[in-house]
Amino acid sequence: MTDVAVDISNVTKMYGSFTALKDVSLAIQDNEFFTLLGPSGCGKTTLLRTIAGFEDITKGAIRLYGDNIADLPPNKRPVNTVFQQYALFPHMNVTDNVKFGLLRLGQDEATASARVGEVLELVQLTQFADRLPSQLSGGQQQRVALARALAPNPKVLLLDEPLSALDLKLRQAVRLELQQIQHETGITFIFVTHDQEEALTMSDRIAVIADGRLQQVGSAREIYEAPSNKFVADFIGETNLIDVTVTDISNGNATCTLPSGATFTCPAADGAQKGAGHLSVRPERVAMTKPAKSLLQGKASRQIYLGTDMHVEVTLDDQEVVTVRVQNSETTHIPSIGETVGLNFEAGAARLLVD
Amino acid sequence: MAGALTTSKASNNSTYAGLGNLLMLPSWLVIGFFLVLPVGMMLIYSFLTKEFRGGIIWEFSLAAYDQFFFDRGLFGDDPARIEWTYIKIFWRSIWQAGVATFFCLLIGFPTAWFIATRTGNSRSIWLFLITIPYWVNLLIRTISMKFLIRDTGPLNEFLISTGIISDPIHIINTNFAVQLGLFYSYLPFMVLPIYASVERYNFALSEAAADLYASRITTLRQIILPTVKPGIIAGCILVFVPSLGAFLAPDLLGGAKTFMIGSLIEEQFKGNAGNWPFGAAVSMILLSMVLIVLTYYARQQSKSGER
Ligand SMILES: Nc1ncnc2c1ncn2[C@@H]1O[C@H](COP(=O)(O)OP(=O)(O)O)[C@@H](O)[C@H]1O
Ligand SMILES: [Mg+2]
Repeated sequence: MTDVAVDISNVTKMYGSFTALKDVSLAIQDNEFFTLLGPSGCGKTTLLRTIAGFEDITKGAIRLYGDNIADLPPNKRPVNTVFQQYALFPHMNVTDNVKFGLLRLGQDEATASARVGEVLELVQLTQFADRLPSQLSGGQQQRVALARALAPNPKVLLLDEPLSALDLKLRQAVRLELQQIQHETGITFIFVTHDQEEALTMSDRIAVIADGRLQQVGSAREIYEAPSNKFVADFIGETNLIDVTVTDISNGNATCTLPSGATFTCPAADGAQKGAGHLSVRPERVAMTKPAKSLLQGKASRQIYLGTDMHVEVTLDDQEVVTVRVQNSETTHIPSIGETVGLNFEAGAARLLVD
Repeated sequence: MAGALTTSKASNNSTYAGLGNLLMLPSWLVIGFFLVLPVGMMLIYSFLTKEFRGGIIWEFSLAAYDQFFFDRGLFGDDPARIEWTYIKIFWRSIWQAGVATFFCLLIGFPTAWFIATRTGNSRSIWLFLITIPYWVNLLIRTISMKFLIRDTGPLNEFLISTGIISDPIHIINTNFAVQLGLFYSYLPFMVLPIYASVERYNFALSEAAADLYASRITTLRQIILPTVKPGIIAGCILVFVPSLGAFLAPDLLGGAKTFMIGSLIEEQFKGNAGNWPFGAAVSMILLSMVLIVLTYYARQQSKSGER
C-alpha cells in the first residue's frame, strides 16, 4: 500500500462570504508529482496556501503523513514553498538565501554550508553562490527559489506557478529539470499551474479545479481521454461538444440521438443522465468522409493553418460547428470552403459528459 | 537628406542643453540664496571679533573657537585648560536627541507598520491624522505641552483625582520633559519615511521566512528590519538632527539643568548680551558634527549598494 503524503478532506475556505474552496477532498501520494490545474482565480493558490499554513481553513482537515496540521503555523510545518514571484531575500546572497532555512532548523554552520553546496550543485548554480538576487536572471532566480525550498529536505514541496515568469524555451528546459529533481530527491511535489500543457507533460496525477471545486483527479491520459465533465473536456486540450439527446444509459454506455438524427452508442461519464447532453469528440478523432456514409453532415466553413496540421471547421445543418484536425500533407484531401462533407468518429473516440 | 536630419538633431540637442541650464536656474538661486549665503556668513562671522553690544567687528580672530574649547581663567591670562562647560552642553544635547530619537523609533516603527498595512482608504485617513497636529505652530504646541504636564496641569490632576498618586509628579523642567517635547515635535519625521519603506516591503518575504521555519521575531530581525533599514535610518536622521539643535523644547519645558546647544546659540544672538562670533562658532561646530554623521551614513549606504 502506498503512503498518503497529504490528505485533504472536505476542505472549505471562505473569504468573508466568498467561497474560495468548496468541500475539496484529495489524497496526494508519497513521492508523487501532483499538479493542481485550473484557470486563473479558481483557487489553486488558496489550496496551496492552506497546505503551507498561510491560510486557515474554514472547514475540514489537512493531514501530513497522518498528522493533522491544520492548526500548525507555517514555520512548524515540514513543507517548503517555491513562491510564484520567488520571494528571494533581496539583501542576502544566494548562499545565505539557501542557508536561511537550514540555520532556522538548528543546523550548525558547517553542516548547513555543506548542504547549500549540495543543493546549489543540484540546480547548477554553484558559480553564482555569492551573487545577490538582483544580479541574477529570471531563470537563475527561479532556481535559487527551488534550491532554497529543497535545502531543508521537506517532506512535501509546494510550487506555485514557478515557471510562469520564464520565457517559452527556458520553461520547457526547466520542466524537464524539475521532473528530474523530483525523481532524484523523491520529495512529493505539489505543483500549481494554469497551463494544461505543463500539467499534461510533467505530472503523475492532475487535479482539475474550477470555481473552488474539484472537477476531476487522474493521470494526464485519464483526464485527456476520459474527462468527467464538460468543463474538464473543454479546459484540457481542444474538443468538440456536440448537442445530443440521450435515450438510454446502461453499463456505462449511452445511446443517444445525434443532430443529424443518427443513433450512436458510446461510453458515458459517471453521473451522466438521460435527456439533453453533450458528446465530447477531440478534433483529431473526427474523420471526414463522403456524406452518404457518415454520422453527421455539413459544409466546410473555415480552414485554419497550424503548420504540420490544419483545422477544418464544418458547420452542421443546425449551425453547430465541429472542428476536424487533418494532417497537412499532399495526400490528404482538404475540402474547400462550401464543400459538403460527412463526419465520422468511432464509439471509443466519443464520450457523453456530465454537464 | 541624411545629412540634414543629423544637423537638425544636433541643434535640437544643444537647445535642450541650454533649456536645461535655464530650468536649473531657480534651484541654483534658492540653494545659493538660502543655503550657501547664510552658512557662508556664519562661517565668516565665527572668525571675526565680537562687538560688546552684539554684532561684529571686521577683524580676524580665533577667540570664539578658543572660548569654546579652552578655559583661560577669569581675566584670560591663566594657562589654557580644557573648557568643559560647552562640551558638556554638547554631550547633553546628543544624549537628549538620542533618547528622543530612540523613543520616536520605538513608537514610530509600529505606527508606520500599522498604517502601511491598512488598505487603501483607511491608510490615507491615518496618514492625515498623523499630520493634523502639525498644522499648528510648533511654539504653540510646545507651550500646550507645558500646560499639560505642569504640576497643576490636567495630567497630574487626572492622576490625583483617580487616586493613582497623591502628590503631583514633577515632570516640568526635567530632562524627561525635554525628551518628551522633542519626541512629540519630531515623531512624524520618523513615521513618514518608515511608512514609505514598509509600504514598499514585499510581504511575501515574511511568508517565505515563515515557510523556512523562522519565528516571527527572527523574521522581524533578519528579513524585515534589513529591508526597511533605509527608511529607519532616514527617520532617525530626520529626528536626531533637528533635535540636536532644537531650542523651543529645552527653553520652554526644561530648566537651567537641561540647557542644550540650540538655546546656547540662541542666547548669543539675543538682545545686547550676545556674542555673535561665538554663536556662529558653536553653529559651525554643530554643523560639522552633523556632516560627519551624514557622511558616515552615505558611506555605509554606498558600501551596501556595492555589495
Ligand atoms: N485574501 C483574499 N481575500 C478575498 N478573496 C481572496 C483572497 N485571496 C484570494 N481570493 C479570491 O479567491 C479566489 C481564488 O484565488 P487564488 O487561489 O489566488 O486563485 P488562483 O491561484 O487559482 O489563480 C479568487 O477569486 C480570489 O479573488
Ligand atoms: Mg495563483
